[in-house]
Amino acid sequence: MSEAVSALNAATASGVATVEEVGLRGMITLRGDLSGKAVAAAVKAAVGAGVPDVRRIVQGDQGAAAWMSPDELLLLTGYDRAAEAVAAAQDAMGTAHGLVVNVSDARAGFRVSGGGAREVLGKLSPVDFSAEAFGAGQFRRSRLAQVPAAIWANENGSLEVICFRSVAQYVFDLLRVSGETGGEVGFYRA
Amino acid sequence: MLILTCPYCGVKGEETEFHSGGEAHLKRFGPGSSDADFEQYLFMRENPKGVHLERWRHANGCGKWFHAARCTVTLEVFGTYSAQTTEPPQHIRDAISARRPGWTWREFS
Ligand SMILES: [Zn+2]
Repeated sequence: MSEAVSALNAATASGVATVEEVGLRGMITLRGDLSGKAVAAAVKAAVGAGVPDVRRIVQGDQGAAAWMSPDELLLLTGYDRAAEAVAAAQDAMGTAHGLVVNVSDARAGFRVSGGGAREVLGKLSPVDFSAEAFGAGQFRRSRLAQVPAAIWANENGSLEVICFRSVAQYVFDLLRVSGETGGEVGFYRA
Repeated sequence: MLILTCPYCGVKGEETEFHSGGEAHLKRFGPGSSDADFEQYLFMRENPKGVHLERWRHANGCGKWFHAARCTVTLEVFGTYSAQTTEPPQHIRDAISARRPGWTWREFS
C-alpha cells in the first residue's frame, strides 16, 4: 500500500500572512437536489452537518459542508474516513438521483492566517474580502489569478482555499508572493 | 468594466469571473433543415449597437450557464435570467424598456 501524501507535503511560507498547505483532507463531492430529504440525510450521515445555504459553509461534528452550486456540495472530513463518509452518504441517498464521490486526492487546500490574510487573497481575486462583506461561514468560488478556487472564512479569522491539485504549486506560489513582507497595500484596514 | 450578477448563486462579479457564450435564444436547425435555415443558424449573428441578449457562464464560480440582457455601448446590464428559457421573460423585457424605450432585438421587443 502506497503512502498518501498531499500535493506540497504541508509547505509553509510567512510574510504579512502565514500560508500553509493543510495536508491530507477528506473531500467529497455530493450532487443532487439540495432541497430534497435525501441530500439532507446524506450530509448528516457523512459529516453530521446540515445543508448549507447559498454560498455558506456549515460545520458538523465530523467535518463541514460547503455550497458549491445549486446542485453541488463539497463535504470536508478527515482523510482517513472519506471512504466511510462516502459509503454513509450513498446509503442515506438511497435511490434518489445524485452522485457522491471521493475527490480528496484531486484537490489541494491552503490556510492563510494572520493580519494580512484578507489582503493576500484580495490581491489575487476579483472578490471583496473585507470583514464586512466576507465574514465567518461565507464560502465563495472565484479565481486566484488564472485558476479557479474556492475560498471561505473561518471563525478564527483565517481564510481557506481549495484548488485543483494540479495547480497546487501555482496557487502556493501566488499566495506566498502576494504575502511577501513589503507588499502590503493596506486596503482592508482593521 | 462589465459587472454581471449570476442568477444561480447570486454573486455580483466582474467579467473575468464569467465566460461569454455568444448570442442567446438561437433556434437550432439540424439535419433535414433547409440550407438557408442551416446557414442562418450556423453563421448569422446579431451584432447590435445597444441592447443585446447573450449567454454567459459563471466559469470561475458556480459553473452554471445563464442569460444576460445588456447594452453593448455602455455595458449597462438590464438583468440576468435563467438558462432554462427560449425567450427573455417579461420582467427582463420591462427592465430593458425602462432604460431603452422602443428597443427591439430579433423578434423580441
Ligand atoms: Zn454563479
